[in-house]
Amino acid sequence: MTASSPLLRVANVTVRFGGLSAVADVSFDVRPGELLGLIGPNGAGKTTLMRSITGVVRPTEGSVSLQGEDITALPIHKRIQKGLALSQQLVKPFRQISVLDNVALAAGAQHTHSPLRALTRLARQNENAAARELLERVGIAGYADQMPGIQPLGVLKRMEMARALALNPKLLLLDEPLAGLNSKEANALASTIAQINQQGMTIVLIEHNLSEVMRICQRLVVLDNGRKIASGAPREVMEQPEVRAAYLGDAATAAEAEPATEGEHHA
Amino acid sequence: MAYEISLLTAMSISVLFALSLNLITGLCGQISLGHAAFLGIGAYTSALLCKAGLPFFATLPLAMLVAGLVGVVVGLTSLRVRDDFLAITTMGVVFLFVGIVRQQDWLGGEMGISNIPVSGLSKTGFMLLALGLAAATAIFCVYLKKSWMGRVFNGIAEDEDTMRVLSIDVPRYKLAAFAIGTALAGLAGALYGQHFKYIGPDSFGFIESITVLSMVVFGGIGSVPGVIVGAALLSALPAWFQVIGDYKLLVYGGLLFLMMRFSPMGLAGIVRSLLKRKAPEASPAAQGVEP
Repeated sequence: MTASSPLLRVANVTVRFGGLSAVADVSFDVRPGELLGLIGPNGAGKTTLMRSITGVVRPTEGSVSLQGEDITALPIHKRIQKGLALSQQLVKPFRQISVLDNVALAAGAQHTHSPLRALTRLARQNENAAARELLERVGIAGYADQMPGIQPLGVLKRMEMARALALNPKLLLLDEPLAGLNSKEANALASTIAQINQQGMTIVLIEHNLSEVMRICQRLVVLDNGRKIASGAPREVMEQPEVRAAYLGDAATAAEAEPATEGEHHA
Repeated sequence: MAYEISLLTAMSISVLFALSLNLITGLCGQISLGHAAFLGIGAYTSALLCKAGLPFFATLPLAMLVAGLVGVVVGLTSLRVRDDFLAITTMGVVFLFVGIVRQQDWLGGEMGISNIPVSGLSKTGFMLLALGLAAATAIFCVYLKKSWMGRVFNGIAEDEDTMRVLSIDVPRYKLAAFAIGTALAGLAGALYGQHFKYIGPDSFGFIESITVLSMVVFGGIGSVPGVIVGAALLSALPAWFQVIGDYKLLVYGGLLFLMMRFSPMGLAGIVRSLLKRKAPEASPAAQGVEP
């Protein structure tokens, strides 16, 4: 596994908002084919790190590269065109078009690169067929022709994932896909994510639901207070005292104030 | 008969103008409170070139080009500001336009430009030209809505941040909307100058911008048939009823307010909800969804 070159490389990324370092000197690699979990207590900097990968936030220092190509300076849509895809934490369906059309819109990305090409194309059968297949893959084919506005969150989360997959990405970023779901739904969706990974999709999963993360992820990167405090196989990582301290500290609602006292270990 | 021909010509120009704003505001979701400036740019370009000896027909594409180019420059601001701020910025554009025209002697200054050379068409012929161009624009808009560009515009209007995540180059699409919409406004402007034979800075001010916006809102933002009906009705009403002509601003302002309050999707929205009520089984999936 270590032999293959990384698909995504996050190198020494620091994001500062004013005087506050939301992410401090974080580096990690995502290897082709893996399902990597990015975890950490609230306020650890996971979402900011994710945003610096997708381009919503520019890192103050450091770089992000996809397949060896530096993408740090590219705008969001260029990164997506290069092979990233994002399923957002808060689902953002287009409410005026059907579930199928939401996914088909993403499936037509090659026709919408340039406005002129988009203007001269009417046909949508291929994209509709691709969208239907993806809805099947994430288990909501039955909702294809309905409007997203009236769907339960579980369906929308899956729709959002199908929409990201429709971009035919090299790397799928999932930002808390299980948040807001009950344990049964979360379990089912986590299994779907694992299945998509087994079909060959490289995935970075940001998630709070530790039990599901432990169940499906092959490798974890743990953040706390913007720093990477551990990485490795799930069981090993969770046994590290620093990681435990970070999570227990969080439970005691004092995480922001006091970083782990014995925090000299490095992964 | 001459009166009807003149009225129908004016209505066609209004429809074309309203459709051009609808393309930017209705289809792509970018508010513009300064659209009359582009009507003016088209009118001045065509009038000046006619006076310089160019045949009227040759000035049509040039009017579109100049208006479209300025439109792209204004569109560049839409990349930096959104919503309310875009509304204020575009409002500034129309004041800027009027302010500049007033001060320039070669543009006729306060006096405007009169005695614009004739096109060579008969009154009926010119009416047919205006009608034909308005119809062609309507067909183009319907086509655009069905194309992939229409789908992207629709997405940008609803949530441009999510469109970026779906790999869409949002700035380019916004500029495309501004370029097409303002070029069409320029075309309407060229017809306007030729129809009234006189143009002045006051014909293309803020009031004119709000008038065309109320036509779009009254008909139904985004709906091509709605905007056609809205623009045709609102441009004809003041001519039919003297009272409305006298209180034009009051009537337009009132309509704008009433529509925003009771039917934000305009006439088209009212028709759509009536149809839905008549045939509830036809589309159960659409129930409970915003029209």
